[in-house]
Amino acid sequence: MALPNKPRGEIAAVVDPEVVEHSCDILIVGGGMAACGAAFEIKKWADDSLKIILCDKAAMERSGAVAQGLSAINTYIGENAIEDYVKMVRNDLMGVVREDLIYDLGRHVDESVKLFEEWGLPVWKKDADGNNLDGAKPAPTLREGGTPVRTGKWQIMINGESYKCIVAEPAKKALGEENCMERIFIVKMLLDKNLDNTIAGAVGFSTRENKVHVFTCKAALVACGGAVNIFRPRSTGEGKGRAWYPVWNAGSTYTMCAQVGATLTMMENRFTPARFKDGYGPVGAWFLLFKAKVQNGLGEFYAGSDAAKEELKNYMPYGASAVTPTCLRNHLMVNEFKAGRGPIYMATDVALNAFLDEKREQGMSEKDIKKFWKHLESEAWEDFLDMSVGQAGLWAGMNIEPEKTGSEIMPTEPYMLGSHSGCCGIWTSGPMEDWVPEVDGPRSHQYKWGYNRMTTVDGLFTAGDGVGASGHKFSSGSHAEGRIVAKQMVKYCRDKTHTPEIAQSAQELADEIYAPVKLYHEHVGATTHQDVNPNYVKPSGLMMRLMKATDEYGGGVATYYMTSGKLLGICMDLLRLLREDAEKMAAGDLHELLRAWENYHRIWCVEAHIRHIQFREESRYPGFYYRSDFPTCDDENWKCFVNSTYDPKAGEWKCEKVECINIIETDPWL
Amino acid sequence: MPSYVDPSKCDGCKGGDKTACMYICPNDLMVLNVEEMRAYNQEPDACWECYSCVKICPQGAIAVRGYDDFVPLGGQVHPMRSSDSIMWTVKFRNGNVKRFKFPIRTTAEGAANEYAGEKGANLDDECLLLESDLPTPTKLA
Repeated sequence: MALPNKPRGEIAAVVDPEVVEHSCDILIVGGGMAACGAAFEIKKWADDSLKIILCDKAAMERSGAVAQGLSAINTYIGENAIEDYVKMVRNDLMGVVREDLIYDLGRHVDESVKLFEEWGLPVWKKDADGNNLDGAKPAPTLREGGTPVRTGKWQIMINGESYKCIVAEPAKKALGEENCMERIFIVKMLLDKNLDNTIAGAVGFSTRENKVHVFTCKAALVACGGAVNIFRPRSTGEGKGRAWYPVWNAGSTYTMCAQVGATLTMMENRFTPARFKDGYGPVGAWFLLFKAKVQNGLGEFYAGSDAAKEELKNYMPYGASAVTPTCLRNHLMVNEFKAGRGPIYMATDVALNAFLDEKREQGMSEKDIKKFWKHLESEAWEDFLDMSVGQAGLWAGMNIEPEKTGSEIMPTEPYMLGSHSGCCGIWTSGPMEDWVPEVDGPRSHQYKWGYNRMTTVDGLFTAGDGVGASGHKFSSGSHAEGRIVAKQMVKYCRDKTHTPEIAQSAQELADEIYAPVKLYHEHVGATTHQDVNPNYVKPSGLMMRLMKATDEYGGGVATYYMTSGKLLGICMDLLRLLREDAEKMAAGDLHELLRAWENYHRIWCVEAHIRHIQFREESRYPGFYYRSDFPTCDDENWKCFVNSTYDPKAGEWKCEKVECINIIETDPWL
Repeated sequence: MPSYVDPSKCDGCKGGDKTACMYICPNDLMVLNVEEMRAYNQEPDACWECYSCVKICPQGAIAVRGYDDFVPLGGQVHPMRSSDSIMWTVKFRNGNVKRFKFPIRTTAEGAANEYAGEKGANLDDECLLLESDLPTPTKLA
C-alpha cells in the first residue's frame, strides 16, 4: 500500500495546462433552467453572424436545480391576474421586492410552461368530473385550454421526472450542440481593458482535461444558481450531500458578478425551508394537495392556534394574509422548538385518511375506495420519487408508510437563492417601459437603464437565482427570465459596436486558475499524507471551516438562526482569515480544482450575506434569521432595499439603502 | 453512499469516449478507473441522491444505499426508466415492497420542437417568440 501522498482523483492536474482562447459575441454561463431558456430563445433574435457559446460545468440533460426532476411547477399564472401574483410575492417576501421584475416575469412565464408541455412534459389535468388525470392521459393541452391540477393558487402538478431532460433538448438543438460546451466551469468574469464598467469575457477550466478556456465576448449571461453548503448542514456525514437545494450550487452567480462590480441586492435574504427531517423531501404537495397540517410534540395543531394568530399580528400587514409568509410560518415553528414543544410532525396519516373518510361518507364502495387509495398513495409517493428520491429511501429504511404514521419536519440550514421563496441576488434593470419607475441617481438606485435584466455592469446579464428582489419564479419563471435575457443580449450586441478586449493575458489568467495545482505540486512531498500539510489546505477542510463559522456566528441551526452585531463582527473576522487562507487551497486533481473554485465562490457570497445582515439593523425575516440586538421587523426605517457594490479597482465594498417603490396598489394590500 | 457500483455488472462502458455515469453526474462524482475499467462515486458525502447515474447506466450496475448518518439499512429505492415512463420499486427494511409507475414524457426523445429558423418580430419591444400584445399593469399604486 502506497503512502497517501499522491492525488486522489482519477484525472491528475498538471502545473502547465493548455490554454485555449475563444472569441464569441455572447457567452451563456450555466446550463440550468434559465440558461436553457436563453439557449432556446436567442437564435429567434440573433442572425447567424452572432457567435453564441454556452458553458455548463455539468451536462445540460441533468444540470441545475431541476436535474433530479420536479413534481410541480410552482409558477403558472393561468386564470389569475398578474397583479395578484405580484401581491403574493410582495407579501411572502415581507414587502421589499422589485414589483417591475415580478410583474414582467408574470407576463412571460405561462408561455414557457406551454412550451414545456408541447416538448413532452406530462402536465396533470382535471377531467370533466373533477378527477385528477396524470399527464400522459389524453386531455386538452394548456394551450388548448385544458385545466391543470392546481394545488395552491399558483402551482400545477406534473409528472416531472424528466423535466430537465425535456427542457434541455430543444435548448441544445436551438443553440446547436457544437456551441454547448459541457464540463467547463467558468470561474471569473472579466472586464474590458478599454471601456469602464463593461464586460469583455470570462475564464474557466475543463474538469475532464488539463485545459484553461478564455472567452472574449460582448455580452454574457451568468446563471449558475444559488448557494448551498454555506452554513453547516444538520447532517454533516454522508448526509451532507442531501442538501435541500442542489449541492452543486456554490454561489458562483453572485460572486462572479460581484467581483466585476455588479451591484447586489437583498443579500441579507436567505431561505431556510421547513422540510421533512433529514431526507428534505418537499412539503408543498402535502400542505396544498393533501391538506396536511403540522402538529407539535403535544399533538397540537399550533399553526392555527390563538397564540399563533396573536404572534402574527406583530408582523402586519404581512402576517394577515390567508397564506402566511414562508418566513413567518418558520418563525412559528422555531418558537415551538425553542419552547421545547418539538418534534414537529406533518400529520400525513390524518390527511390521507381524511380523504378516505370523505369518500366513505359520500357512499363510495369499499372496492372503489381501494382503487381510490391506490391512486392517492401513488400520488403521495410520486411527490418524493420525482424530485427527492432520498426522502423515499429514508421512509423505506424507517418502514414509514405515510397513511399510518406522520413524519417529522424541521427547518433546514440556510440557503441563498433568488428564484424560490428567497430573493437575494443581483440588482438588474427592469423593462424599458413607461410603467417602470424613473429614479435619479446611479444605476444602483435606478429601476431601468436600457436593457431588461442587465446588471449595473454593461453587457453583464443574469437570470433565475441571479436576479435579486424578485423571488417565487421557480423553474418555469427562471426559464422565462432566461428567454427575456436572450433577446436583450442580442439587442445589446446590435447597439454596441466596440470590440471587447480582456485586460489580462491568457497566460496570466491560466496561472491564476491553476494556482491551487501549482501549490499542491510545490508542497505535496513535505508530508506523508497529501491532505495534512502545513503549507496548504484542502478544499474539503476549508468548506467545513466556512460552514462552522457561519453556523456559530452567522445565525445557523446552532443558534436557531439567532445572531447579533457582535456575533456578525466575529463572523466577518473569521471570513477574512478564511479568504486569506483560501489563497492556500491546494488541488492535486481536476475534481479538487473544481471544489477549490467553488469554495472561493462560497466564501465571497457568504461574506456579502453577512455584510448585508450587519447593515440592516432589524429582523426583516423572522424564522429565516434574527438579530437579537434588533429583534423586530422595522418598516419605518427598513422598508427599503439594501444594495451593495464592490469596487474592483479600489477593492472596497459599499452598502446603501435604496428606495423600494410600490407599483401595484397597496390598498388592498392583498 | 449514496450511489454505488456493482463491479460484477459495470464494464466501464467498455472504455468508450463516454462513460455514462461520468457523463451525467451533475456534481462530477462518478469517475472511471481505467485500470480496473470500473466506475465509482469519488465523493459519497457530496451525493444528492439524484439518481441520474442510476437511471442512465446501460448495465444497471448502479444503485443507492441510503446515507449512513441517518438511514437505517435494508431499504432500497430503485428505478427502471424507459423512454416514456419510470417504474420505481420501493423495498422497505421490513421486507415489504411497493411499486409505482409514472409517465415521464409524452413525446419521442429528440422530438421537442426548437422552432428552428423562426424569428421574432421586433427586437425593440418586450415580446418573446410566440408572444404578442403583452399586458402592462393596471390597479396601480
